[in-house]
This record gives sequence, structure tokens and C-alpha cells, in this order.
Amino acid sequence: MLLTCLAITALVAIRRNDLFAVVMLFGIYSFLTAVLFMNLHAVDVAFTEAAVGAGISTVLMLSTLRLTKRYEAARRRNPILPLLVVGVTGAALVYGMLDAPRFGDPMAPVHQHMAPRFVQESPTEVGVPNMVTSVLASYRGYDTLGEVMVIFTAGLAVLLLLGIREGQNHRLGRLAIGDTLVLRVVVKVLIAFIMLYALYVQFHGDFGAGGGFQAGVIFATAFVIYDLIFGEADARRVMPTHWLGRLAAMGIFLYAGTGVASMFLGHAFLDYSALGHDPVHGQHLGILLIELGVGITVFAVILTIFHAFSGMRRPDQVS
Amino acid sequence: MSFSDHFPVLVVLIPLLAAPLASLFTKGRAAWALALAATWASFLISCLLLKQVLTTGTVRYYMGGWKPPWGIEYRVDVLGGFVLLIVTAIAALVLTFGRRSIKSDLPEGRRSIFYAAFLLCFTGLAGMTITGDAFNVFVFLEISSLSSYALISMGRDRRALNAAFQYLIMGSIGATFILIGIGFLYMMTGTLNMDDLAQRLPAVSDTNTIRAGFAFLTVGFGLKLALFPLHLWLPNAYAYAPSAVSAFLAATATKVAIYSLLRFLLGIFGFGFALGAMPFDMILIGLGLAAILSASLVAVFQKNVKRMLAYSSVAQVGYIALGIGLASQTGLSAAVLHLFNHAMMKGALFMALGAIAFRIGSSRIENLAGLGKRMPFTMAAIAIAGLSLIGIPGTAGFVSKWFLVLGTLEQGLWPLAALILFGSFLALIYVGRILEAAYFGTPKDGIEAREAPIGMLIPIWILVIANIYFGLHTDFSYGLAERAVADLLPAARATVDAAEVMP
Repeated sequence: MLLTCLAITALVAIRRNDLFAVVMLFGIYSFLTAVLFMNLHAVDVAFTEAAVGAGISTVLMLSTLRLTKRYEAARRRNPILPLLVVGVTGAALVYGMLDAPRFGDPMAPVHQHMAPRFVQESPTEVGVPNMVTSVLASYRGYDTLGEVMVIFTAGLAVLLLLGIREGQNHRLGRLAIGDTLVLRVVVKVLIAFIMLYALYVQFHGDFGAGGGFQAGVIFATAFVIYDLIFGEADARRVMPTHWLGRLAAMGIFLYAGTGVASMFLGHAFLDYSALGHDPVHGQHLGILLIELGVGITVFAVILTIFHAFSGMRRPDQVS
Repeated sequence: MSFSDHFPVLVVLIPLLAAPLASLFTKGRAAWALALAATWASFLISCLLLKQVLTTGTVRYYMGGWKPPWGIEYRVDVLGGFVLLIVTAIAALVLTFGRRSIKSDLPEGRRSIFYAAFLLCFTGLAGMTITGDAFNVFVFLEISSLSSYALISMGRDRRALNAAFQYLIMGSIGATFILIGIGFLYMMTGTLNMDDLAQRLPAVSDTNTIRAGFAFLTVGFGLKLALFPLHLWLPNAYAYAPSAVSAFLAATATKVAIYSLLRFLLGIFGFGFALGAMPFDMILIGLGLAAILSASLVAVFQKNVKRMLAYSSVAQVGYIALGIGLASQTGLSAAVLHLFNHAMMKGALFMALGAIAFRIGSSRIENLAGLGKRMPFTMAAIAIAGLSLIGIPGTAGFVSKWFLVLGTLEQGLWPLAALILFGSFLALIYVGRILEAAYFGTPKDGIEAREAPIGMLIPIWILVIANIYFGLHTDFSYGLAERAVADLLPAARATVDAAEVMP
């Protein structure tokens, strides 16, 4: 049922040439995917998909849309070759799935080989109730550092291409969304709760779904809303853009620095056991620190990207 | 753990930490100095690391102290150490060369971020080279890809944006395919560690899932390494990128992708499955030949020398693919050797072209007329590296082509040997066109040219001299390549035997 909805959404998104509708459909698509992940009991993944895919990406795409036209130009390309490529890829995927273990099969290799140790040993080795967090932050903590670097790289790439215009707050005094008193009051109240929730997600990642990635995105959302309602100038007064670059770098220093600290204590890079008086305590501290690093970098990069897009002038404003 | 135990992680960690630091500098020059220090430090450590590998065997490093398959492992064997040496050496040389070139290509406000992106690209490539974990390859591939799209888009020509976008689309498809392939392998084995995968794969290798995974991985890496006919993104990307970026990517990015493909083929799937059970060896030979002939032919007719060399790169990838397709000790060693030699020639050629573009602001062949007298050292560098590209005896290029031809003759494939020689003939024509213009053309009016600054000439000439040195002394380069392949093959043979024993 969910998969059918997913397929229909994707098809409609391809057919429509109203880009605004397409962005909304992408949001729906991501949300459906999140529900699907939820259905597969992958709560952390679902949470990320909902926050990043359905949430912040939609906002970013909308702010990009503001810079271009709403309707897609008629395409002239011949669709045969792409269709062929997609067809072959799809066929290969189906072919590959023919011999795959049955859905939910407890004897599947993924459940038999590495998983038992993660499930049985991680509570005593790492001491974090949420196993997903122990795998992401400790067993495969190096991959997670890599992912944070990917996000940082994305931020740099946007800065290289667009840059952030500083000093010329061209939306000063003019509100992005009409002068609605109700909206302003509601948002002012809401922002406090969004931030509180982000902090909860940040520090509760050890116990339930959540962690630095999701928290960073949610925290950034609070600023994005403030920016949308109260204008760019006010938002930038709260969080100056030159601070965002420093924050993004600081998050990485915090993450990698935690790893380097364990190197100085005679252990391998990112071996948090070295950080505490006993290994489990060290793991706790290490995971807390690196999740904080992830959160700070993700927050700063998302906000940077948002500013880069929203700060650009529309073509009709240039003249 | 002592300091030297940390070498594997330090090679990657130093540029990884230097990148965010460099992005904070406001002065481009300071960011450059930091990037330069980081790449040279990485290079020195990779030299020590290779020495360590050669004396004590494969070096392993457990990230977070977790043993594989639960944790991520860095695993440096002779092949990995060798490729790491190439990547770090080229990064260090290109940055030494690049300050003035980048200064003329980019406005001051973007330079420090540019150096940060350069360091990230380097981090990604180095990480891909020595990791022993299949998923970690993907993560570092993403770091290097994303940053290289941004780096390419910084070219002076507006067309750079289009080239970068084209590469972004093709590269993302490649990365997605690689991810799907890794997913299929994980689904059937439950592990991501390369050694562990190699052990557990034979039991399930005769399934559709593994075959599909193999197909996705090879097509994905084929896109990243610009294997004919998946090379369409490369010529524009290299032609319009800033000079320093072209030099760095041409000498390292496709190399690391080829290396990763080799890792997956021989280190995970095993020789018997990848090049025996699948008709992949014949496909590689066919595509390799097509690349050599078609790309060399297209290169002959290019007017922009950077684009010409980019097409030549596609052809050189063809030689390497052909060597792998031969599926023999000699063929594979020749392929690995050509990886090393091609990095030296293209590094030198693209840097020398960068020096020319720095002086005359163009790399079109008609503007090169008469430069042989005005920029004698730069043109001499292009001449020698060009001869190496053709494969003239006494240069490094000759050695790898020699072993490649030997490899084909070993298997009695006379026509292949003849076609390789024909490819060299085509290279002679396009290199000849550059030299003809430079040495016999009459200088165009209005183009001022002086010899390139010494800071640019030194790194160029280091590579040029290396081209001659490794053309005369093959002990280090071919010896290492041979040893690296021999390390991969017996393990592969053992898995073949195991597969045959099982019904």
C-alpha cells in the first residue's frame, strides 16, 4: 500500500511541470518513505528522513524555487535513452532480489553475522540503550565522521558556488511572509519549543531515536522559521553568518578532537574507552561529545545553505 | 600504541582536520600554506607507511579499537601503500605548484574555501585508498566526489559550471550504483569488511543477488573511472576546471577509482569469480581497446590542449582496463604500473599547461605557437612528458606499454599488441601537434609570454625527472607493482580452489 503510494507520487512528480507542486510531492514522497522506514522498525532512519527529506529539503528547494521560474520549460530531449537506462537498472534490481533472503527472515545473513554482537554485547561494551546509536557512534564511528565531512563539504560547495552576501540586508524591514500578527506571536512561542525539542533529541539519542543529525536539522529549522517570519536582517542579528563557518568547523574539531584525545591516551583513533575511568564511562562521554559535534556542524551547514539561497536576489530584483 | 602505529589514520586525519581550519582563514595565502603543510606531512607519512608495509607486511588499524567485522579497519597492503604514495605525492606537488595559478583563477574571497575543498577531495581519495571496509569506501568516495564537483565548477570559463553539473549527475549515478552493489553484498553476507566479505562470498557467489551486485559495482566504478563508454563527463570537466584542479584530478581521481575497482574485483569477489566466472575480462579488453582507439582519435582533432589531454586520459584508462582484462600476473602488473606512470605524465603535462595558461591566459593550440623559445623550460617539460605519454624508450611510459605488450604476447594475442602500438602512434600525432606548434609555429601577435615562475617549474620538473628516472630504473616501480599484484593473486587463487571444492 505504502509502496504503491510512493510509486504514484514519484510518477506524478515526474509528469508535473509546476515546480512548486513537484517540491510538495517530493515532501510527500519523503514522508511516505519515513513511514515506510517506521514500518520496518528503523526508527532512527525514519526520524532522519522526516527531518531532512520532508522537512528541511523542502524549505531549501522552495527557497531555490524563489530564484527561478515556477514552471518548467518544455523539454526537447529524446526520452528513449534515459528510459532504457532506467529500465535496465530496474530489471537488474529485480533480478538481484530474486535470490535475496525473504523479507524479515530471521536466518538472513544480516541477522546472523554481525548483528548478534551488536544486540547482545553492545549494552555491556558500549552501555548505550539505543543500539543504533552504539553502532553509528562507536562501532562505526569513523563512517559517521565521514558523513559529517560529507555535510561539511556540501556546505563548502554551496559557499564556493554562491557565497553569502554579507552587509547588504536587502530584506531589511520587509517581511518575507505578510505582516500577520497571529503568525508572529505563534512563531515566537513555537521557536522556544522547537529548540527545546532539538536539545531533547540531541541529548536523548542514547536512549531513544535521535542524535546529532536530527537535532542539528531541527535546531536549524527554528532559525529558518524566524528568518521567514521576521526577515533576514533580524535572523542574522541573532546568528551572524561569519559565525556559522566557525561553528561548522568547531563541530568537526569536537568530533575528530575526541578521537585524537583517545590517540593521546594510547588508544586507537575514536576509541572512547580511553576517555573515562572505565571503558563504558568513556564510551558514554565519547558518544556525548561526538554527537554534539555532529549536531553543531549539521546545524551550521544547513543554516549556511539556507542563507546562501535565501540571500540571493531574484532576477527581477536585480534591475 | 606508539606514534608509528597511528600512521594509517594520520595520513587521512591530517588533511581532514586541516580542511575546516583552512576554511576559517580570511587570507588565501595562509590557507594555502596550511594546505601545503598538510599535504606534505601526509606524503611523508605515506612514505614511512609504505616502508613499514614492505618490511613487516600488511598494516592494519582498527578505528575506535573495534575489531573487524564489527568496526572499521584501515588495511594497507603493498598495492594500497603504492597508490597512497601516488595520491599524496601528486597532492603535495600540485599544491606547491598551485598558489599563483589558483590566485589567477579565483577571486581572493573564495580562495581559502577552495583550499579547504581541495584538502577534502584529497582526504576522500586517501581514505578510499587504504580503507578495508566496503561501506567506508562509499563514504570517502562521497567526500572526494562532492568536493571535486565544487572544485571543477571554479574554472574561469562559464562552461565549467555545465561541466561540473554533468559530472555531478554522472558521478551521483555512479555512487548510487556502488551503494546498491555494496547493499546487495551486505544482504547476502551480513558483513562490510573487505576481508570478511572475501571469505564469506564464495558460499553465496552463485546467486542472482551477488551477480547483480557485481554488475552494479562495476558499472558504478566504471562511471567514476571514466571507462569507455561511460567517460562522457571527463573531457569537459578536465578542460574547464582550474589548472591545478585538472592536474590533481587527472593524476589521482581516476586512478583511485581504478584501484577501488581492483580491490573489489580481486580483493572481494576474487580472481576466479571476477575475471573467470564472469565474462568481465573480455568486456574489459573490448572496452579498453575501444577507449584507446576512439579517444586517441578524438584527441588528435582537439583545438584546446587541455581537452586533448583529457581525451588522452580516457585512452590511458583504456590501457589500464586492457591490462586488467588480460587477467594475468604480467597484465595486471602492467596495469598497476601504468597507474603510477600515467599519474606522473599527466600530472606534469597538466601542470605545465597550467603554467602556460598562467602566462598567456589560454590553452588553445594556436596560442601555443612559438612558445618553445619564450617558455623553454615549460615546453621542454611538455615535450618530455609527452614522449613518455607516447611511450618512447627511456621514459616511464615505455616501461608500462612494454609490459602490457608482453602480457598480450604471453597469451598469443598478436592483434592486441599491434593495436596497442597503433594507439601509441595516435598519441605521437597529437603530442606532435603540440610540439609542432610550440617549436615551429610563428608566435601570434599580441601574446606576451615569459618563462613560468620558478615556484611552478620545480614541481613540474620533479615529475618530469621522475618520468625519465622510472623509465630507466624499473626496480622500484615495476617491482612494487609486481609485488602488489602477487599479493592479491594467491589469495584469489585460494578462493577459486575453495569454490571448486564445494559442489
